Amino acid sequence: MQALHQKAKELLESGKVQVIIGYGDGSGDRVRPVFISKAESASDLIWDDRCRQNLAVYLNKPEIKKLGVPAIVATPVVVKTIIQLISENQLKSSNIVVLVVDNDVVSELTDNASLEAYSAGHPVVFPPFVVKEIKDIAEMSIQQRNKYWQDELSRCFKCYACRAACPLCYCERCLTDNNQPQWVCVASHAQGNFEWHINRAMHLAGRCVECGSCTIACPVGIPIGLLTIEASRIVKQEFGQEPGLHCDADSAMSSFKVEDTETFIK
Amino acid sequence: MSMQQRVIQHENLLKFLGEIISSGKQLYAPQKKAEKTYFLPASDVHSIVFDYIQTAESPKELLFPKTERMLSYEQVDGKLKMIDHAEGEIFPERVLFGSHPCDAVALKTLTDFFRHDVPDAFTQKRQDSLTVISVSCIKADDNCFCTSVGTSPGDTEGSDILLTPIGNAKYYVEVMTEKGQSLFAAHEKYFENSDIISKDKYLTKMSEVFSSSEVTARLSKAFDHPIWSDASLRCLGCGACAYVCPVCSCFDIQDEGTDKKGDRLRCWDSCGFSLFTLHTSGHNPRKNQSDRWRQRVMHKFSYMPERYELLGCVGCGRCSRACPADMNIKEQLKEITEKIEG
Amino acid sequence: MSSSNIYKPYLMQIEKVIDEAPGVKTFRLRFTNDADKEQFNFTTGQFGEYSVFGEGESTFCIASSPTRKDYIECTFRQAGRVTSALAQKEEGDVIGFRGPYGNIFPLEEWYGKNLLFIAGGIALPPLRSVIWNVLDLRDKFNDVTILYGARSVADLVYKQELDEWGKRSDVKLVTTVDPGGETPDWKGKVGFVPSVLDWMEPSSENTIAIVCGPPVMIKFTFPELLKLGFTPDTIFTTLENRMKCGVGKCGRCNVGKVYVCKDGPVFTYKQLQELPAEY
Ligand code: SF4
Ligand code: SF4
Repeated sequence: MQALHQKAKELLESGKVQVIIGYGDGSGDRVRPVFISKAESASDLIWDDRCRQNLAVYLNKPEIKKLGVPAIVATPVVVKTIIQLISENQLKSSNIVVLVVDNDVVSELTDNASLEAYSAGHPVVFPPFVVKEIKDIAEMSIQQRNKYWQDELSRCFKCYACRAACPLCYCERCLTDNNQPQWVCVASHAQGNFEWHINRAMHLAGRCVECGSCTIACPVGIPIGLLTIEASRIVKQEFGQEPGLHCDADSAMSSFKVEDTETFIK
Repeated sequence: MSMQQRVIQHENLLKFLGEIISSGKQLYAPQKKAEKTYFLPASDVHSIVFDYIQTAESPKELLFPKTERMLSYEQVDGKLKMIDHAEGEIFPERVLFGSHPCDAVALKTLTDFFRHDVPDAFTQKRQDSLTVISVSCIKADDNCFCTSVGTSPGDTEGSDILLTPIGNAKYYVEVMTEKGQSLFAAHEKYFENSDIISKDKYLTKMSEVFSSSEVTARLSKAFDHPIWSDASLRCLGCGACAYVCPVCSCFDIQDEGTDKKGDRLRCWDSCGFSLFTLHTSGHNPRKNQSDRWRQRVMHKFSYMPERYELLGCVGCGRCSRACPADMNIKEQLKEITEKIEG
Repeated sequence: MSSSNIYKPYLMQIEKVIDEAPGVKTFRLRFTNDADKEQFNFTTGQFGEYSVFGEGESTFCIASSPTRKDYIECTFRQAGRVTSALAQKEEGDVIGFRGPYGNIFPLEEWYGKNLLFIAGGIALPPLRSVIWNVLDLRDKFNDVTILYGARSVADLVYKQELDEWGKRSDVKLVTTVDPGGETPDWKGKVGFVPSVLDWMEPSSENTIAIVCGPPVMIKFTFPELLKLGFTPDTIFTTLENRMKCGVGKCGRCNVGKVYVCKDGPVFTYKQLQELPAEY
């Protein structure tokens, strides 16, 4: 962590950035997001395998933007997220410093090319239990799968922690909050929960970078990220497009080409 | 003061709970689901778990469901008819088992709040048909702080019956209310006589980290304090804290259906959401996340005590455990007593 | 509302629809149930929850005077989901109404005083209730002055009533439209409400000012009134925080510890000064 502290200190002292978005000491044995603006606090930064929350979610928050140019301590999946956000015109690599830590060596990624190179060299690896969950669900029949999700989603109370923790759920007004028309039932009964989650998964199809933040955030333990991961996998399979790899990628689900064979959109 | 004291053996407790189920009452008891514990309807007493610190969700659903159908309407022969679910619906007899003392206090707070001024029939009727059998705490974790908010690991407040584990698979039983008494009387054979015993040595030790009245006093001058924006930078603005909280009771009213037939529902809502106070004009009195975090703390520790003489928090720690960004209410409250001048 | 269900509305039939201005309508509502009508009472300043079944509820004031029994009137601008659905309703249709909620304008305390009403745009409805209430008890009050402004001539609501008030000798009415909002035959003033107020120079002596309007108007009108010698406790206004329940439960409308639905919507400027800026 020494190297990270040193780098953070330098960045703040030189005035290159005004805030470091990183992980710091939290409650009990948790780590929590910290926003460090003073060089002398750089040593508050923590870097270990508890650092799982996707901090890219803070990059576009007005409160954080007010703090000035940020550096962000990035896990591989955060780098992917940043690339995806760049491809969606939500971010510019020139406006942030991305710090990656490998074997206590800290590197600054400051342009699209270095972000892409890093991401290509650091594929996201799921924890074994996620691999198992994906496999288990894949082996279910349609009926079993339906029952599985009915059961899991019955606990959902629409706290929207999944959406709040997701760095790609950045819409200013989420479709579920729209009431003219009311696309999604507000109530968290079976139908309302299905409508909400299917819509969210559809909006993240081909965009979900598989960070798992939504699943981690869910206070009632619903592995909700499995839906968006699966939606992204289908897009990859069908369109050969994987999110978070190229800063200039378009989005399979929201771009139209004249030579498209499907005609429904015309 | 309890009306009765008894002792019950663990195996008899299971039989007692089993009889509650077979008598046709709905028994809600802590059970495991995907690594977490919830109060769920129990059909088999063997699925009940006893060794949990806190359930992921609070029992407030029993008084204040996440979706309450308040009325239905229907066009019949060109005339609109309303069906009032506060009148018509039969609220089932329910027994909640395994709530900790903090939750029992929270259920009482909820009832008192909804009863205040303009009484709400739904919560009242659900409360009337609910009997609460709580279990004192013999362990706690870092997120718990009941003694700082006026309750304690063996508090009888809000419970109809309180069980305290006293070792050797036995519980000391205190019957507190008429409701508790009638449930106890119907299954008396499972209970053994006992003297009044002091529970203290069996309970978890919980030291007071701050004084809630001190928090209330400091908050009266803290509206514009920088503490709110500092503390809430990492707040993601979701409703996880509010929805797991046994006391949070803000809601939305929503119609579902067509103009011909449908329901008017009461749904949980949270002051953490940016849309909560947004006007149609686009104006938002609580525009920043820090305004909303302040509202959460102020509501519980300033407005509720001042308006209703109720405290909006029982120290269960659920919100801190649930928060994806590690907002910690206990830490925040302690900080208020340290940083804000009295 | 005999039921213990505090969320159960009265069913009200729309007796009359008046198009006031673009997107603004007034409904006259009658109870469909005589027993409801008998026991219903309200006082000026109060509000209600109006509902379109299938769409939901919306909060606005009762715009008619309690001295006019048997019906209530409301005026709303089509903006959100519910008000848009309401705007589609026609004479004869049935809608829901819950209320009355909130506190009141202390009319009795104003007996013998001069009253200065200042309203902007769509905020005339809450004052219209008081104005008619006052005019129906005209001899209890001294001078009655009304200053009403809107963006344009088309945006003025209650045009007929404005005419009627203008013709009365016991009411002084000044209407104004924002610069550029006038029509060739416009006979009122042209200018923003605060500057017209400045020009009018009403006396603050023994006078109560009742002000309702959009936030900018309020913001510039209060200082103007202070300049004229009004003290903050003689200036009244209403707050319109977002509400759902109307009965102090849903947790939305509070401004600090003050609940607009219970402690408001009527506040004096003095009370507002003591509140945090959360409205
Ligand atoms: S975090 Fe969990 S409970 Fe909350 S809305 Fe998402 S899935 Fe539902
Ligand atoms: S505020 Fe947090 S600690 Fe207090 S009762 Fe609610 S969930 Fe429990």
